[in-house]
Amino acid sequence: MRPRCAFRPSLIWSTGLLLTGCSGPQSSLDPYGPDADTLARLFWNFTGFLTLVWVVTMFALLFALRPRPEPARDPLAHEQNAEHGMVLTVAIATALTVISIAALTVVSYGAQRVLFSDRSPSLSIEVTGHQWWWEVRYEDPRPSQTFATANEIHIPVATPVILKLAASDVIHSFWVPRLAGKLDLIPGRTNELRIQADKPGIYRGQCAEFCGWQHAHMAMLVVAHTQEDFQAWRAAQVSPAKPPADAEQKRGQEIFLKSPCVMCHQIRGTPAAGKVAPDLTHVGSRRTIAAATLPNTRGNLAAWIVDPQGIKPGVHMPLIKLDAGEIQPLAAYLEGLK
Amino acid sequence: MRHAVLFALVLFAGCEREDREFRADPVATEADARIAMTSLSPGKGGPERSGANAKAYEENAYHISQGKKFYSWFNCKGCHANGGGGSGPALMDDRWVYGGEFANIVQTIEEGRPNGMPSFRGRIPDEQIRQIAAYVRSMGRYVPKAAAPGRSDDMSPGKDEQRRLPGRPADGGIVPPSAEMPQ
Repeated sequence: MRPRCAFRPSLIWSTGLLLTGCSGPQSSLDPYGPDADTLARLFWNFTGFLTLVWVVTMFALLFALRPRPEPARDPLAHEQNAEHGMVLTVAIATALTVISIAALTVVSYGAQRVLFSDRSPSLSIEVTGHQWWWEVRYEDPRPSQTFATANEIHIPVATPVILKLAASDVIHSFWVPRLAGKLDLIPGRTNELRIQADKPGIYRGQCAEFCGWQHAHMAMLVVAHTQEDFQAWRAAQVSPAKPPADAEQKRGQEIFLKSPCVMCHQIRGTPAAGKVAPDLTHVGSRRTIAAATLPNTRGNLAAWIVDPQGIKPGVHMPLIKLDAGEIQPLAAYLEGLK
Repeated sequence: MRHAVLFALVLFAGCEREDREFRADPVATEADARIAMTSLSPGKGGPERSGANAKAYEENAYHISQGKKFYSWFNCKGCHANGGGGSGPALMDDRWVYGGEFANIVQTIEEGRPNGMPSFRGRIPDEQIRQIAAYVRSMGRYVPKAAAPGRSDDMSPGKDEQRRLPGRPADGGIVPPSAEMPQ
């Protein structure tokens, strides 16, 4: 009887589908920086070598299991030659195993040396994980040049940047797969991670350590600029918020300042100076709101103000009392904070 | 065998401890701001209106732990420290200048009190005021043990709320002379 064939075309398709996860905006196999490159190369080296080991092992297994006629032998006889052959095979297999593991260890260690090597960073950024958003604070020896933003890290290309990772409540993990490996943010200590982007672009990352209800909605964008664009962006972020441009925005600012918003949020240049929620000084210049949960549009800003708990249940942004007519000016004001 | 099944069923009952109500009904919370008639309030008792749903907050570990977070975020600590008091009165003892019921505490936070307690109405949303009040009630352990916070994130000089002795229901307290005169 012919053995039943276990092969089905659907298996190939589903494996192919899984492989599509290897590319896209958040794939560590699609590296855009030297450290991510090292990691991707390490991954492929291991995968390639271990695939080879697996194939050799499977062939050896099939060879050992091949059908053979049972020789009529005295079971108690001591067969010097066969015994010798077995010892030799086991010894060679053991030696190969030891050599392989040692070689992989050396390769892995070499990659670590590259990852942890000292490359003088020109920029250091404090990144603090909160439930469920990222606080980003640009350090500078001149206090007037420091500023905070949220959920969006801007860096210059081809420059190593040090991220000082901390957490305010529970353990989070910082992971931008196309730029670097992941590193935990632990309350009470500071971890340092170096990232570097080789090309301008937007690299998505997210929290990689379960941190509560909205862990899945705790993403961030790393935006890499050319050096000039980065300096321009930084100069714009350091400046306080622009005054409202028109009557509607002015009304929005009044609503903001008289509402509970000011207990948590800061807008530099106004009396609002809360420190427990994202800095909104230039919120209109960001691409997303609510930790990369929604694109930053006036409609989404309004929706977020009206019903934060419907969009992100459990988030610390409360439902606040606003009249229906107050929402539009408030959203217009926030959108205008470029 | 049957006993084992019954036992397992009993254990399942422990899986659902309480509900977390993240999203209060938006319409219900859209109340008009209440205007206080005077900056003075009588020492004992408060209006019953703020005491609605007291149990829903006091007996819910999620609301109390949120209140603990807001207590520190909104700088209640600045005057009341960790409950032991500073320039503001202690909150963990059994003496309540303006009443120690949930409704009294909500009213105190919403409307403020003479001699320094500011009004937070319109600054802190209603829901969060109630969560803070529930936490304040847990400081003297006027809430069920199972709902009181079990552990602080940072070093704390005293026992955690859950391990404190249950507070005796105190009704009212002594109004200091300074609070009796108009400001």
